[in-house]
Amino acid sequence: MAAQTSQFRDYLRRYGLMLSFLLLCLALTLLSDRFLTVNNMVNVLRQSTINGIIAIGMTYVILTAGIDLSVGAILALSAVVTADMLQGGTAVPLAILIGLGIGGAMGLINGLIITKAHVPPFVATLGMMTIARGLTLTYTEGRPITGLPDGFRALGTGSVGPVPVPILLAAATFIIGYILLTRTALGQFIFAIGNNPTAARFAGISVNRTITFVYVLAGALSALAGMILIARLDSAQPTAGTAYEFDAIAAVVVGGTSFAGGQGGLGGTLVGVLIIAVLNNGLNLLNVSSFYQPVVTGVVIAVALLLHRALR
Amino acid sequence: MSETTPILRMSGISKSFPGVKALQEVHFEVARGEIHALVGENGAGKSTLMKILTGAYRPDSGQIAWHGRPVTIASPSDSQTLGISMIHQELSLLPYLTVGQNIFLGREPQGRLPGFINWQALYAQAQELLERLSLDVKPRAEARELSIAQQQMVEVAKALSLQADLIAMDEPTSSLTDVETEVLFTMMRALKAQGVAIVFISHRLEEVFEITDRVTVLRDGRHIDTRPTSDLTRDKIVELMVGRELGNIYPYHPTEQRDLVLEVSDLCDGRELKNVSFQLHGGEILGIAGLIGAGRTALAETLFGIRPATGGHIKLAGQPSKIRSPKQAIQHGLGFVPEDRKQQGLFLNMAVRENITMSGMGLVTNAGFVDNKKANGLAQKFVEKLDVRTPNLRQNIRNLSGGNQQKVIIARWLTLSPRILILDEPTRGVDVGAKAEIHALMRQLAEQGVGVLMISSELPEVLGVSDRILVMHEGRITGELSRDEATQDQIMVAATGGVENVVK
Repeated sequence: MAAQTSQFRDYLRRYGLMLSFLLLCLALTLLSDRFLTVNNMVNVLRQSTINGIIAIGMTYVILTAGIDLSVGAILALSAVVTADMLQGGTAVPLAILIGLGIGGAMGLINGLIITKAHVPPFVATLGMMTIARGLTLTYTEGRPITGLPDGFRALGTGSVGPVPVPILLAAATFIIGYILLTRTALGQFIFAIGNNPTAARFAGISVNRTITFVYVLAGALSALAGMILIARLDSAQPTAGTAYEFDAIAAVVVGGTSFAGGQGGLGGTLVGVLIIAVLNNGLNLLNVSSFYQPVVTGVVIAVALLLHRALR
Repeated sequence: MSETTPILRMSGISKSFPGVKALQEVHFEVARGEIHALVGENGAGKSTLMKILTGAYRPDSGQIAWHGRPVTIASPSDSQTLGISMIHQELSLLPYLTVGQNIFLGREPQGRLPGFINWQALYAQAQELLERLSLDVKPRAEARELSIAQQQMVEVAKALSLQADLIAMDEPTSSLTDVETEVLFTMMRALKAQGVAIVFISHRLEEVFEITDRVTVLRDGRHIDTRPTSDLTRDKIVELMVGRELGNIYPYHPTEQRDLVLEVSDLCDGRELKNVSFQLHGGEILGIAGLIGAGRTALAETLFGIRPATGGHIKLAGQPSKIRSPKQAIQHGLGFVPEDRKQQGLFLNMAVRENITMSGMGLVTNAGFVDNKKANGLAQKFVEKLDVRTPNLRQNIRNLSGGNQQKVIIARWLTLSPRILILDEPTRGVDVGAKAEIHALMRQLAEQGVGVLMISSELPEVLGVSDRILVMHEGRITGELSRDEATQDQIMVAATGGVENVVK
């Protein structure tokens, strides 16, 4: 009997998240005939691409027992600079590269402040969040940059066959991120550092370099998410990406990655992103007031955390 | 209550932990106004006894009488209420609170309204206590501004504020300078004159002779003897401390020594290490003995690049080395099995395989990608070689026994074929069987030409396993003994600061 219970718990731990997601989808299918349609599914996926891409970087960061509050602000800064360069006639690939470079560079600064100056990640990235947002407002003088070249807009609105480009980009990012995390030495080092940074250092792992890398990755992926966002909207708002860090953290946490570091992974994050996206979509379909929606999302996050804790 | 009733009588105290009998039928008595030394090797049971006295542990059996009346001490607050205070080796003042706040933490004088603190009364009372100890510290100073010695005195003031009749001090002088120690002793004598009893735990026998009235010796969890200090000599205490017989659990085969692999001269770290010099040959097991805090771990960590050296030279196989990080140390052929397996060695939520291959990732990856076949092969090879008992390589390391966890960490280094392997307390918390296996493995490595540096607080292990023994005391090497001439007594004398065995 005890063995059966333990097996059941094991099963829940492994598939519980997926199961909850499927139950949620089932419930919404029963509640709304507009939920389970190809159009709506594609819509949900497209809406989850931006949070999804940011959450991939956030997963890496949280696995090292860190946190990155600056992703939304980095998204905005790299987005407005890219938009401005595009309007100034810079070639599309170059503008994208520079945008991604800015995101990576901001992440590099985060990483160096955390590892060299020993500032806790929460504080370091909080500072970066404020700085990047301020720089964005300064750069744009508070005005949106609207009207981007068609070649660039394909990032947000184009499609390859039936599949929208943003979904392809997010899927590619996820696959690369997944392979990097599960199949490479670097991935092992990230888990090791999250588990026990002292033991990692004693084992000869370049702890500082690895930690710096995850913040660079988080910054660059935020910039990528920013590209998709402005390409879709045809406009770079200086306030773009506000509070996106919390959506990403929520997805990672719902996905079962531990704040203490070293436990979790991208599979969970993927389901976490989808749960949040489906939930928002379902609440819209059911005509729940947008004032209530955050309340529901918050309750779901809290319940998910309690379940993860109970099963651990 | 007559004058001769001891203030404290602990009798027949036993305490077991899984696999260890920490205390067996221990008897311990302290008289009013007495300074009583409690001595013994690391692991003799001193801390356990004090933890029982202060309510951190419950004894399995035995009685405690306080002022002649039987008492039950079920929690630290029970012992405080009775008037028993403990000053721990690691100071516990809160750095950003003031001296006064620290002294009255949790017992602040109340103001007229409930829940409000009467700060004036608090600081006035603190001032009074500090004056009683002739301590030149301002009650409003923050604890972090004080020297270690001053912090220690504030701990004493705190103990006094609890109306303590008995204060137990665990190695109070270990981080004090000679002058500061004298100040502490003066204060202890003043307390004694006021009728306060003091239990003084120290590894420094000279201090035991200077300050204490009686000595109780513990060994292997048993009470060995209690005598007036004046009846004892240093050698006699050492003999009482180590008097056990060496079992024949250490079969010894000397190995042929090879070239020097490590030469250390005048190594300092600016804190704990003071001009340490020694040599290590390939094929040799060099034991490093000494008491806790003697600088042995500091030496290992400095050699391995974990903490920076501030002076001196290290030569590896004749070449000057500039190791600044564990990574560089590994590249130079060093391995390090740290003292604290859980905090410094293991990746507790990861599998056996990852724990073994973590340092040798380069061996199991192609262009950064882990080759599962290679990784499994390498891990399996060492699981078999070291006889790690695990159902499979995917098993979480958490579920293995201490001995098997330790073997996994050793295996991690063996994957790299090190030329020098440093092991800090390699068999701490390891059962007897795995212990013998680890010893045999160390010998096997020596036979393959590895230079093995073994730090151990367990004298029989040091004597049984090493080819040569260095003894450290307060950051210096105070003795070097060959296997044939070394005895427990000689090591203890050198480890407690004796001068009889200065480098031969």
